Amino acid sequence: MISNPFVVKDCALIQIATGVKVQTLRELKKELLTIDEDSIYYHFWGSLLTPRFREPEFGNDFASWAFHALHDRSLAERLSVIDPLQYSDIQSLRLALLDVIDERLDEVEVVPFSSSDQQFNFVKCQIVVFNTQKLIDKPEELGEAIMSFSSGSIFYHFIDARRRTKGNIDDFRAWLKMFGDRYKKLSTLISQIDPYFTTLLELRELLAQTFNDYFKMRNRE
Amino acid sequence: MISLESYRDIVGDDVISYLHQLADLLRGRRVVHVNSTKVGGGVAEILQRLVPLMQQLGIDADWKVIKGNDDFFKFTKSMHNALQGNRLHIPKPLFENYEETNRENAELLKDELKEADIVFIHDPQPASLIDFFPKRKGKWIWRCHIDISKPQRSIWKYLRQYVVKYDASIFSTVSFAQPIPHPLYIIPPSIDPLSDKNRELDDEYVLRTYKEFGINVDSPIILQISRFDRFKDPIGVIYAYKLLKKPVPALQLVLAGGMADDDPEGQIVYNEVRSVAEEDKDIHILLLPPEANLTVNALQRGADIILQKSIKEGFGLTVTEAMWKAKPVIGGNVGGIKIQITDHHTGFLVDTPEGAALRIRYLLYHKFKKEEMGRKAKEFVRRNFLITRHLRDYLTLMISLLYFAKDRIEL
Repeated sequence: MISNPFVVKDCALIQIATGVKVQTLRELKKELLTIDEDSIYYHFWGSLLTPRFREPEFGNDFASWAFHALHDRSLAERLSVIDPLQYSDIQSLRLALLDVIDERLDEVEVVPFSSSDQQFNFVKCQIVVFNTQKLIDKPEELGEAIMSFSSGSIFYHFIDARRRTKGNIDDFRAWLKMFGDRYKKLSTLISQIDPYFTTLLELRELLAQTFNDYFKMRNRE
Repeated sequence: MISLESYRDIVGDDVISYLHQLADLLRGRRVVHVNSTKVGGGVAEILQRLVPLMQQLGIDADWKVIKGNDDFFKFTKSMHNALQGNRLHIPKPLFENYEETNRENAELLKDELKEADIVFIHDPQPASLIDFFPKRKGKWIWRCHIDISKPQRSIWKYLRQYVVKYDASIFSTVSFAQPIPHPLYIIPPSIDPLSDKNRELDDEYVLRTYKEFGINVDSPIILQISRFDRFKDPIGVIYAYKLLKKPVPALQLVLAGGMADDDPEGQIVYNEVRSVAEEDKDIHILLLPPEANLTVNALQRGADIILQKSIKEGFGLTVTEAMWKAKPVIGGNVGGIKIQITDHHTGFLVDTPEGAALRIRYLLYHKFKKEEMGRKAKEFVRRNFLITRHLRDYLTLMISLLYFAKDRIEL
């Protein structure tokens, strides 16, 4: 029996306007150089936990703005393909965004701009994390337990964890690591779940299914 | 009183337990909301529900309404219009009356407000109350429900001198936020799925309601529910209807709404609408009392298409109400409506009466699309615009302010 159970936490996100808004691609670049890391984080992941329609074709708010407000389809596609999971920290993600924008600024003759009522407003989020008092002792219990997780818990343990853990992994894999190699295969299966184009409730189901299928198969072996 | 438990079937177990856990951190805290009307308008409607739910979660929540004379409401209505971008001249004595009225209300409310842990002041009407509480104990938050993205600068400058004294502000969408040197929280409003305005109704009740108003349910019905207010553009709606009368001769238009206590212009706009409608027997203008919630509900459920063709809007609660009833909404491409409706997914955003007419005609023809959009709209509201989400945001904000406003708060 492991002495460190999985502690289920939950979180709530609240949006805060930074007061920074831009109307052209050049202004976006200028502000991106210095804007809070929390704001960049928010514009990639915030739509999962805040009241907005999540457009499946755009993975982040910058891409969505490029398409809808700047009417620059090429830029939107290039920004969409930036996968935040491939970057170890927000600073690297910031540089990736700036690279794409610089490249586009070099290509175009007229700097793309939006109408005044379609400016890009930089938002950041404040995250409140609290302990649910739920503990999970064994990985075998995760499959069933996870279906009672709130969206906030899924966000905290599967998305937000990547900012906190060594190796930028989710909390489930970080916990399984404590058992040595025993759950290596399960960890690999979890690592294959792509959280980028889905909702938190779909993620919850995918995770539960992964845990359940794994333990069913293991019991048969 | 509706219990929090009643929402479980609609929003799910996890949402309810989440609210309890957040509220545990605020148990016993004294929270007071202040606005300027008990009935009529979206703010009063939200507070009627939000405050009892906070109480059920163990928070010592209360709601106070300030009093004012006719000149006070005339002033605040003008201020409201100017903040939404209308250029107006407001005579100086009305400013003085505004300040004096708030001074009198501060005196009446001093015991409740001085000791509260958190005070929410809703909209500009009671904003200057803060001036009379220099030794306040708690955090004061100004909650702005209107679109002040392009205000008349002189009026905003006047109001801003009070707003900067608050510990934080709340806006319905990020584009409304004005630069103010304190945290600017973004909280969209919500609707209550269990209120008379939104709860399920049987078909018979819906049919009876339409029959009472002499409206033929066998012909297509387009509906706009809103106060008689120029920013809601009822004249533009009539124009859109008239553009369609030739291709869709059986089309009927229902314009239904009431008047808020704090809106002295309502009667004037109502008379204008009647005059533009010109005795057309297929235009039904219904002046509803504030308590006609079931009637509004039935009208929304029985309509084919719902419009909210506002030219200025903070956050159109009627848009969300209609979406909750699985109706696609054709809304003005302004303010909060832009985040409520996702163009081409859950409804349409339009800039002109012509645009509205085109989309109405499209949806009347493409019935499958109309139903698909309606379904999407309902699910979008379930996840994002019900009162439980609104309550969650308020609880998060209160925790954030009481436990120091850091970017990350681990409790």
